Amino acid sequence: MPTGMSLIVKTITRLVASFITLFGVYVTLFGHVSPGGGFAGGAIVAAGLILVLLAFGREETNRMITHRLALGADCAGALGFLALGLLGYLAGGYFYNFLDPGTPHTIASAGTIPLCNLAIGAKVGGALFGVFLALAIFRPDPRTEDRS
Amino acid sequence: MSVTILPFLLALVLLLIGLYVIIAKKNIIKIILGVAIVEYAINLFLVLLGYRAGAAAPIRTPEQTDAAVFASGAVDPLPQALILTAIVIGLGCLALLVSLAVRLHERFGTFDMTRIRELKG
Amino acid sequence: MTAALPLFVAVPLAGAFVAPLLARRTAGNDAPAARTVALVIGTLLLLGSVLLLGRPAAAYWIGGWDGVTRPSIGLSLVSDGLSQMLLVTVNAVAFLALIYSWSYIARYSGQALYYCLFLTMLAGMNGVVLAGDLFNLFVFMEVAVIASYALVAFGVERQELEAAFKYVVLGSVSSSFVLLAIGLLYNLTGHLNMALVADRLAQLEPGPAVWLAAGLFIAGFGLKAAMVPFHAWLPDAHPSAPAPISAMLSGVLIKAVGVYAICRILFHVFAITTPAGGLYANVLLALGALSMLVGVLLAIGQWDFKRLLAYHSISQMGYVFVGLGVGAAVLAHGGSRAVAALAIFGGLFHLVNHAAFKSLLFLCSGSAEYATGTRDLHHLGGLKRSMPVTAGCCRIAALSIAGVPPFNGFWSKLLIVIATAQAGYWGLAGLAVFVSFMTLLSFVKVQRYALEGAGSPAAQAAREVPLTMRSAMVCLAVACAVLGVLTTWHKSRLITPAEQALTSAATYFEHFRPPGAPLPPERLAGHREAAP
Repeated sequence: MPTGMSLIVKTITRLVASFITLFGVYVTLFGHVSPGGGFAGGAIVAAGLILVLLAFGREETNRMITHRLALGADCAGALGFLALGLLGYLAGGYFYNFLDPGTPHTIASAGTIPLCNLAIGAKVGGALFGVFLALAIFRPDPRTEDRS
Repeated sequence: MSVTILPFLLALVLLLIGLYVIIAKKNIIKIILGVAIVEYAINLFLVLLGYRAGAAAPIRTPEQTDAAVFASGAVDPLPQALILTAIVIGLGCLALLVSLAVRLHERFGTFDMTRIRELKG
Repeated sequence: MTAALPLFVAVPLAGAFVAPLLARRTAGNDAPAARTVALVIGTLLLLGSVLLLGRPAAAYWIGGWDGVTRPSIGLSLVSDGLSQMLLVTVNAVAFLALIYSWSYIARYSGQALYYCLFLTMLAGMNGVVLAGDLFNLFVFMEVAVIASYALVAFGVERQELEAAFKYVVLGSVSSSFVLLAIGLLYNLTGHLNMALVADRLAQLEPGPAVWLAAGLFIAGFGLKAAMVPFHAWLPDAHPSAPAPISAMLSGVLIKAVGVYAICRILFHVFAITTPAGGLYANVLLALGALSMLVGVLLAIGQWDFKRLLAYHSISQMGYVFVGLGVGAAVLAHGGSRAVAALAIFGGLFHLVNHAAFKSLLFLCSGSAEYATGTRDLHHLGGLKRSMPVTAGCCRIAALSIAGVPPFNGFWSKLLIVIATAQAGYWGLAGLAVFVSFMTLLSFVKVQRYALEGAGSPAAQAAREVPLTMRSAMVCLAVACAVLGVLTTWHKSRLITPAEQALTSAATYFEHFRPPGAPLPPERLAGHREAAP
């Protein structure tokens, strides 16, 4: 039985999913200049990946983007964020902004905030997609299923 | 009663609807939706706290050079930061509730709360 | 040392995110690397919290936003006597629970995720205890509590899932109430830093908004502390969790996110020790008395070992609230400072003692279940012959909770009863003695059925538990004995600074206001503490 949705949906998803993910990365990167940032960008990236999951079905998506990858992005994002906080000790204290502030309203400004946004974006995207993937690939164990 | 109280009344009505759903409904999925509605009501209340009549959004553009003038002409951004965090926390909670519901269906075979009553006393 | 305060939260969180990456892809999904990392982190945190004991009160401003070099809109981590006492308690019980988990969790699958959730819960509890402003308190409370929701459902059987579902729904509603109260306080005062909120509240006449905020805080945190109208989740959730998690939940979680949060909010933000706070003190007293009575009456008829222990947790938390409430009420009505100090000391001492003996009781019940496979008192029996170490520790813990000298429970209950009687609440003192007697009866039943007697075949075939589980239980039993005998040493270093932090709230404000904030104006008449 073919998994996933119809051919029309799959074709459109192939065209659109990468743009959605790109938009999510844009929102994350420009979080210190315009509204958005890590959480919003990560949610949009996760939405793009969830679109792929819904259109292509769970087995095929699980071959391309495994749960281990989502977990890895999740943990790497969190550890990166903590590392930025601990590196702040070099500049005087926890979460001190130890990079050069730069000129406001450009992308290379606000010190560590764009890096924090990237870390949070990776974490949120990985976590949201990981939750959805875990719920999708869950198979009830037929031995322990208890219909009382 | 002035007009500005209406959004707060809406938050109160949403809170009461959410609490009613949690207490009175038997389907697990509906209870989860009730929890979500309660969280939305609280977030709505927090957002409304920051409102100032006739003020602009708190996004600074390159033309606004004076920080004090900008700050007094914008809505309060602190409640918006609070509800961002609260939304993420609520999201984590809802994800946990949904996975518990999936597992409960696997073990009990039903979503009906009145049939999931093994713990007594 | 102040600069190391954020590490109490950052280090366990780092460990929590390293643990899932260390899971091996074998069939059993075991994770020896994850449990080693967790144990190392637990040791470091315990050492850090012991080193922090006795240091003067200090605040740490994250990112430097303290009002001196930059505007005072920053988050702060505060460490005073109360925080230090709770930090040591939380990290000590967590360390021993990690040692116990070394063998106990080996029987579960998904062990790396267990250590991830455990370390997240520990990071959240440390954060709650160190938080200096309201919203940080809320966020760390949520981190700890959501990790505990997942841990209650860890062994995914029917009862555990049902208990976890109820716990999550009730916990979410209570957290929403806390958030609503924080929003109300922000609207009333314009600040989130607890010291600045308290300053502003002292200039407002107490009105419906302030009462609503206080009521929502008591309801929200009261649910986390299992106060009586809000206790319904605890008898299902605590027994269903794996034994080391039950020890953590009953031993420290309900204290760190429940009792500590109520103390901080009522004693420092709402100024319960001033005449204007007398109403809150009476509410605290009433709910504490109700918890004591209802908890023990519901516990008498239980035959499930862990469910009985969970009901007793409710009752013992009632003791703590009665002690704190009597102290606050005495100060609010202008009574003797010595009586108030004694009552609050008794309440806080009972909090630490309960962490010790309740964790030990849950670990013993976990050992009994590990060896025999059952929690029903009808089917246990004769454990003093088949599992002597477990039985000895269980006996010590049962004597402690029942209030038998010379163990620790006796001294703290005695202090609470004496202080309550001296404050004039004779009925309440009598009730406390009655509840203590009922607790003794309940634990005589436990000892008779679990330790003595012949027991079922499963109980007779039980063998003693592995070394790590035994050593964790013996450490806690020694702690019960030491806390009861060597009162002077830990009294002056551990409990008295905490009690002073609560009775004289002025110290709190001196240290924890942002250094760059303007000095507060004069407080209204009803909001000033009575002169000593």
